[in-house]
Amino acid sequence: MTTLTTRPEAGAAPAPVPPRRRVRNPFRANWLRKHWYAFAMVTPVVAVLGVLVLYPLGRGIFLSLTNANEMNVGRTIGENEIEPTYDFVGLGNYIDVLSGAEGTFYSRLVWTLEWTVACVTLHYALGLGLALLLNRAMRMRGVYRMLLILPWAVPPFVAAFGWRLILNDKGGVLNAVLQGLGFNGVGWLSEPVAAKFAVIMVNVWLGVPFMMVALLGGLQTVPKELYEAAEMDGASAWQRFHAVTLPGLRPVSGTVILLGTIWTFNQFPVIALLTGGGPGGATNILVTEAYERAFQGIRDYAGAATYGAIIASMLVVFASLYRRWLERQTSERLA
Amino acid sequence: MSARGTRSRLSSAALHTTLVLASATAVFPVAWVGLTSLQTDRNTWSQPDTLGTLGLGNYIDVLANTQFATWFANSLIVAAGTTALAVFIAATAGYAASRMRFPGQRPLMWMFLITQMFPAAVLIVPLYNVLSDLGLLNSYGGLILAQCTVAVPYCGWMLKGYFDTIPISIDEAGLIDGLSPFGTFWRLIVPLSKPGIAVTVFYSFITAWGEVAFASVFLQSEGRYTLPVGMATFVSDFTAEWGMLTAASMLVMIPAAVVFFLVQRHLIAGLTTGGVKS
Repeated sequence: MTTLTTRPEAGAAPAPVPPRRRVRNPFRANWLRKHWYAFAMVTPVVAVLGVLVLYPLGRGIFLSLTNANEMNVGRTIGENEIEPTYDFVGLGNYIDVLSGAEGTFYSRLVWTLEWTVACVTLHYALGLGLALLLNRAMRMRGVYRMLLILPWAVPPFVAAFGWRLILNDKGGVLNAVLQGLGFNGVGWLSEPVAAKFAVIMVNVWLGVPFMMVALLGGLQTVPKELYEAAEMDGASAWQRFHAVTLPGLRPVSGTVILLGTIWTFNQFPVIALLTGGGPGGATNILVTEAYERAFQGIRDYAGAATYGAIIASMLVVFASLYRRWLERQTSERLA
Repeated sequence: MSARGTRSRLSSAALHTTLVLASATAVFPVAWVGLTSLQTDRNTWSQPDTLGTLGLGNYIDVLANTQFATWFANSLIVAAGTTALAVFIAATAGYAASRMRFPGQRPLMWMFLITQMFPAAVLIVPLYNVLSDLGLLNSYGGLILAQCTVAVPYCGWMLKGYFDTIPISIDEAGLIDGLSPFGTFWRLIVPLSKPGIAVTVFYSFITAWGEVAFASVFLQSEGRYTLPVGMATFVSDFTAEWGMLTAASMLVMIPAAVVFFLVQRHLIAGLTTGGVKS
């Protein structure tokens, strides 16, 4: 079996840089001729992301350095154009937010981290558990799989509406069941701690099927021979799981945990539509907090952009650390 | 079944019990919404133990007395447009990133990864300005482009990973037989990648179908609303039309479920089925 990857070998040296200026032009043309096909296939994506992501991102960072809000940005009302009157304030917004002098940044941050860790851990653990159960021959397997994937087919906003009906303090079915069992009803959407529990529960319900499907796909790529060999060597079920399944799943796990973390960190519809960040902002994560600043009350564009830039930079740092860690894990295993 | 005989009765019962409980948890909220949507007596919406009269009254109400059908069509246009555009351009870029070596390849993959991290909150204000400058506010095209900021990076990242699992000997065979690189991609790799493409199609459609943040800011007239924006008007601080909301919810889940059942066959198909035996 030949290798499936197309990665360039580590030993492949970069093309030598031409030493004199004269040579640059032919080199350029050559460079284009060599790569134009790849560039042509990549261009649409680069154009779309450039106009719709990179440019807005740059503008967002610019806004975060100003005091722009609804009252002072430029706008066009009918025929009249109103010039923007906001000022450049340098890093003032960042200092206000990060020093904790303004608002509730750190309490939001702590809750956002709790929310992300709780959701991703439960997504992964439950997804892996169900994938392991489904990855064996049994009756009704197709039916179970179909039913278990169902929450994934439910758009998050529909799920949020449905769960609101279920979690209603008065007349919700969950409280009716709890009371039937002799417990007190819980203010799922009106008490801070219960509301936090409720949003995590709903997000776990929504997110497990994705993990399950991805990990099931990963499980099916683990060569059966490895299990047979492990069994021949007398490995217990737990040892097989630890020594064959988990390493075999590592590439898939790495990707889905990274994606899951990012998606959860940025989860908007569940919180916005289930609790609206309430009660009293208790369930607002950084993203919904930023959105509230941008589009509720007097629209604080600069404040929202500051939050956005802080969120984005935290995620970039997280992703690069995570990737480095993954790469180190892989190379240690190969060494 | 018993011929396999590898599992004891007890562990088999435990397995099925666990799966039945998990399936029930997965299905219950949907079933509850479905049940509520059939309760035409509005007093029973907040009384879980009484059914009252059942009927299709809520559905008739939603279809006849609200702009639901328009919102539905709007959502369909936006979700289908986003899916078609995002998956196609992401597939070509993902293929180039998987098979070719070109300057800017690593930055491109980084852009895919990092763009996925930008929450709507980061981009929404400046994106609003861009779309306004392009005259695309309150239009399908504008919302489709905005949704692509979410769909394209994910699809590109996933498809690149999928293409990596397809043996490169297939490409080499295609090139030897005289296909262009794009021809190889289109005629050989795309058909072999159906499972991977199905996942990305499914994901893009579902994401665009349920997107809330962009839609609620970029769409301004009720006739252009997508479903989440329109349906949110059913339950506010002042009204709680649970009957209409649940009936609409059921109608919304249907297209999602249709797409879902169309592609689910491919979802878990073996990652390298067919093709070259190594």
